[in-house]
Order: sequence, then C-alpha cells, then structure tokens
Amino acid sequence: MAAVQADGARGTGRATPGTADSRRRRRYSRDLTGWLFVAPAIVFVFLFFGYPIIKNLTMSLQDYTTTTFFTGFAPWVGFSNYAAIVTDPIFITTVANTALFTIGSIVFQFAFGLGLALFFKRNFPLSGFLRSLLLLPWLLPLIASAAVWKWILDQGSGALNQFLGIFGIAPVPWLVNPTVALISVIGVNIWLGIPFNTTILYSGLQAVPEQLYEAASLDGAVGWKAFWHITWPSIRSVVGVVVVLGVVYTLKVVDIILGLTGGGPANSTQTLATWAYQKSFVQFLFGQGAAVSNLLIVVSLAFALAYLYMTRREVDE
Amino acid sequence: MKKSRMTVVVAGAAVFSLALGACSSGSVSSSGGKQNLTVEDYYTKTYDPIYQDCATQVGVNVNPVHVAGAALIAKVLQQASSKTLPDVLMLDNPDVQQIAQTGALAPLSDFGVTAPAGDVPAVVQAGTYQGKLYGIAPVINSIALYYNVDMLNAAGLTPPTTWDELRADAKSLTDPSKGVYGFAMSNINTYEGTWQFLPFFWTNGGDEKNISTPGAVQALQFVLDLQNDGSMSKSSVTWAQSDVNNQFIAGKAAMMINGPWQLPALNATKGLHFASVPIPVRTSSQKVVAPLGGETFNVPQTGDKTKMALAGKFVACLNTPAMQLKIAKVSGNVPADEATAATWAQSHPQVKSFVETVKTARSRTAELGPKWPTAATAIYTAVQLALTGKATPAAALQQAQASNH
Repeated sequence: MAAVQADGARGTGRATPGTADSRRRRRYSRDLTGWLFVAPAIVFVFLFFGYPIIKNLTMSLQDYTTTTFFTGFAPWVGFSNYAAIVTDPIFITTVANTALFTIGSIVFQFAFGLGLALFFKRNFPLSGFLRSLLLLPWLLPLIASAAVWKWILDQGSGALNQFLGIFGIAPVPWLVNPTVALISVIGVNIWLGIPFNTTILYSGLQAVPEQLYEAASLDGAVGWKAFWHITWPSIRSVVGVVVVLGVVYTLKVVDIILGLTGGGPANSTQTLATWAYQKSFVQFLFGQGAAVSNLLIVVSLAFALAYLYMTRREVDE
Repeated sequence: MKKSRMTVVVAGAAVFSLALGACSSGSVSSSGGKQNLTVEDYYTKTYDPIYQDCATQVGVNVNPVHVAGAALIAKVLQQASSKTLPDVLMLDNPDVQQIAQTGALAPLSDFGVTAPAGDVPAVVQAGTYQGKLYGIAPVINSIALYYNVDMLNAAGLTPPTTWDELRADAKSLTDPSKGVYGFAMSNINTYEGTWQFLPFFWTNGGDEKNISTPGAVQALQFVLDLQNDGSMSKSSVTWAQSDVNNQFIAGKAAMMINGPWQLPALNATKGLHFASVPIPVRTSSQKVVAPLGGETFNVPQTGDKTKMALAGKFVACLNTPAMQLKIAKVSGNVPADEATAATWAQSHPQVKSFVETVKTARSRTAELGPKWPTAATAIYTAVQLALTGKATPAAALQQAQASNH
C-alpha cells in the first residue's frame, strides 16, 4: 500500500523529487525516535507496575498455594477467594479498623502538621534547627521505631507508664486492651506522619506572597481572619495533595502495626493491609491474600484518581 | 499494594537465584571426585562440625547454608519455583507436610531410609504426609512448667501437678506489691500462642478439627481463671515466649511455660535457681499431651539421583542415636530416641521434664496436615478473644471455629 502510494507520488510530482518519500521516512524515523525515548518508561511501567497488578488480579482468582511454587499450577476458582474473605467473621472488623486507622491518623496528622507549619513560618531563632529535628521520625527505619514504641508502651515496664506512675496514674494497657491498642497504634502512626504533613504544608505556606497579608492587615484582617481568608485559600491545593497522599500511604501501612501488635490483641488492630500479609505470608493462602490486597488497591486507586483530578484542576487554574 | 511489591521481589529473586544456580551447578563436582551436598537450615555455625561428621561417614563434601529463621520458608518457596532446592533441607516439623504437599520433597523410602525404631511416635507422625515419611527429626523438644525454686521454697510449696494445684500455687506466689505474678505464659496472636495453649487444650480432650468442645472450653476457662485471679499478667496476650522468659529471669514470674531452648539464658542468670516439671493436668488420671517441637531433615527433589541418594544417607546418618546425642549437646534439645534420651536426662537433669513430656507429645500436623495453619490461627484467636474479655471462653471458641475450615 505504502509502496503504491509512493510510486504514484513519484509519477505525478517529479517537480519535487522524492519529497513525499523522504518526508514520510523522516516522519517514521521521528516517530521511531520518539518511541525509543518512551520505551524505557513503558517497559519500566509494564514490568514493575503492570505485571504485578495483573499477576495480583489473576492470583486472586486462583487457588494459589505453596504447591504452586513447585508445580507452577494454580487452579482457577472464580470469585471464591473474594467470597471467603467477605464472609470471614473478621472482615467487618478489619474494614472498620482500616477506616478508623486511616481517618484517625489523617485528621490528627494534618491538624498537628498544619499547626507546626504555621508555627515555623514565624522564623524565630533556631527555627530551622527545630524544623529539621521534626523530621526525625521520618528518618528512622520503621521497624526500629515500632520496636522502640513497643517498649515505651509496654504495660508493666514501659517508659510511658513509668512516667505516668510518677503522677499516680495506674498503668494503662496501651497494647493489651483491644480498644486502647487501636488508639495506641493510631497514635504512633500520627507521630510518624507529622513530619510529612509539616514539611509539605510549610513549603505551601512559603509560597503565599507576603504582600497579601500586608494588604489584608490594612483592611483589618489579621490573625484568624487572615488565616481563613488568605492562608487557607492559597494553600488549598497543597492541602488536597497532602490529604490524598496521606490516605494512600496510611491505607497500606503494614510494618508499624506488625511491629507493635501484629494485628492483635484479638484482631483489634487488624487492617486490610495486615490481614493481606497474614493471609499470604503466615497462612500461605496466597489467593485470599491477593483478594484482600485487591480490595485495598481499589480503595487506594479511588483516592489516587481524586489526587490526579485535583492536580489537573490546579494546572487549569 | 504490599502484595504486588512482594510478587516483584519474589519474581526478581527467582531470576537471580536461577542465575546463581546456573553458576554453581558448573562447579559442583569437586575435590577428590567426592560429591558436594548443600545443607540448608536456620541454625548457626555450631552445627557445621555435626554436618562434617556425617559428611565424612557418607563420603561427601558438605556445604552448610544458614538462613535466618523467619526467612526459611519464603526462601524454600523461591527455590522450589526456580528449581534450585538444596540437597538436604531442614524444616520446622509443622511445615513438613505443607512442603511435602507441594511435591518438592522426596519420600525417604526412595532411599531405603526409615525413622530409627527407638524414636518417640510423634517424630514419625510429624514427618509423614499421606502415609509416606518425608522427614525425620534427630532432636526434639516440647514445653514444660519452669518454676523459681527459691520462691516456691519461701512459700512452702511443691511444684504443682494438677490444674487446681497450679491455680492455688500461682495465687499464693503472686505478690502485687513487688510486681510478681505467680504464673506466666505466652498467649500472643501468633503460632507461638497456639503452641503454648495446646498442652491445656489437648490434654483435656481438645481437638483441632472442632475447637469448640466442652473440653476446650474448660481449658480456655482455666487460663482465663489464672488471669482473673491476678496470677497471670493481662499482658500475656502480647508476650512471645522470649518475653515470658525475660519475665521469669527478672523475677516477675514465679512459674512459666517454656521450652529447653531457654536453658542457656536461664543458666547464665546469676542467682536464679530454677527447675521444671511436666505441665500440670486437670485430673491426675490424665497424661499431658504437649506439642512436639523440633526440626526435621528432608531430601528435596533436585532431579540429581546420585546426590539425592547420598542426601538420603546423610539424613539417615544425622538420625542415628549416636548423632542425636551429639546434636542434643549442641542444641540443648532432647534426642528423639527414647533410650538415648533417658541416658541424656541422667547426665542433664534440667531436661528431664522435657524427656518425659516428648514421650506422649503430639505432632501439630498429625490430624490436619497442611491445613494446620488455619486451625492454629483459629486457636490463638479464641484465646485472645477470651483473655481480652471480648467473648466468654465458650463464645470465643465458637466464634473462632467459624473460620476454622
């Protein structure tokens, strides 16, 4: 087809020798160059994102067990893994825990993060130093943090209860009582998330022009009013990004919970993420584990799309 | 999310180990025409002389590979999918059936190897899958009741033998003003918690197929009573066995359930006088049924017939009573052979209660085989529900039984 057309072009348009042909060739080579530039990214995305997600989807529809590793054979079982998950007595508990864990973490991380960001915006002596200290939780390996917190929160000999004991407060069962354990785990995760929130919100605050506050103060908008009418609208898009990313990061938290409670006592700190881990790597029910993590992926994906939508609108504005 | 990342890791590791396997297979045949056997375990270098000993007897070179305990199964699964399994593989006994089910292990009868006639019955139980023996444990262990001799003497008590005695003793040994509890055990939400509850559960007629039976309720009620009496800390739901041992060493627990692997740490504690007895039973007519612990040695299907036959001989060598005794000396465990164990107990009185307990011990996978993990999860879940007050023992067992299938 291309050859016929090329001949035709040569036959009629002798005046511009070889133009269409070379133009086309040039375009092909330009296209090819383009594809070559994109190829590494495509290969990377397919290999490291596409393949695992597809594999995870297929795994959740299979009876994927330890045997599969040796024989490579995993019978298809349709949606029975999902059915097993949803009808499991701890499914509801797990979903509720995931929601409480995520919402509790995000609300407080954000509140503390914003408060600290506003505080550090004042640029007082040593504020830079203090701000860098604040990053500390972020720099520690999670497993190390979890181990230290587990020791701090120990009921009998933990540092926190020893300290509270000075004021005559009876030992609190931080990780022992099912209700308190969930609160403790959320508390530790808040501590972990504050640096992220502070850092991003602080940089957002830096971008708010100082003149706006000067102009507003002439109109009498200071303090709370200035925050509400100038600061908040200016950092709104940053807030959106922080919250959405925070939700995605929090949903998938495994290490801190495993380190502190292992999902216990009595599944009171079991979230979808830790449950998926438990199913796959403790009970070797890889199919069910994949099903749980797919649920998690769908929820995360919804928030990721919200994030994309928000950042796009930001560009439009 | 975690899952998908893991798949990549596994896939990547598989490719990597394939590459490694390809390299190493070239250099397999070695010095003096002797074959090289790779032995994979989660022990330490202290086992190397033992392997060397058997290697000399079998006439091979041995190459021990020590993996971190928690990583062993993941590594075995990788090796199974990339066909790079070692020649001799050590497995924790409740995992044997799970791995045998995959087809990755060769029946030991292929090499004419059987368990030594004098071994306690649970050893054969644990190594058998669908009627064929896949692994034998040279040394075994179980759990017993350790007690602080000084504390019992001060209270004028003798070690308890029944639940009632245990409960009464634990109560009188408890001293809240000093932060001392009479009794400690691990009720954590892992298989360790299940393992520690099993002696109460099994001895009183509990069964893993249906964990919601009157005998099981009675056993769980007993543990709950110990907690309600104030004799056992509420923190036991977060304690691993090592934490329980630390409580005992620190003098915060007068009695504890634990195994012989704690003996080195206990002996190293200055001023601690301790001894142990088999775990008390409900009525004196009962015989304690505790879970069997210990690691078996197995021959994976590597495809190399010559080396697999040698590996079979190597496993047989490790399990001879003479070698059992050598391994016991290194590990502090009990020789699987009853007569050897009796001799061992005479020179090492500290292991006497364990030697006694393993005689009637039961393999965790004897009944359910590869399905044991599900039952084990249900059992610790029930214990946790009851001890945290989320359900009564009867309701807790019933609730947990719902996910035990």
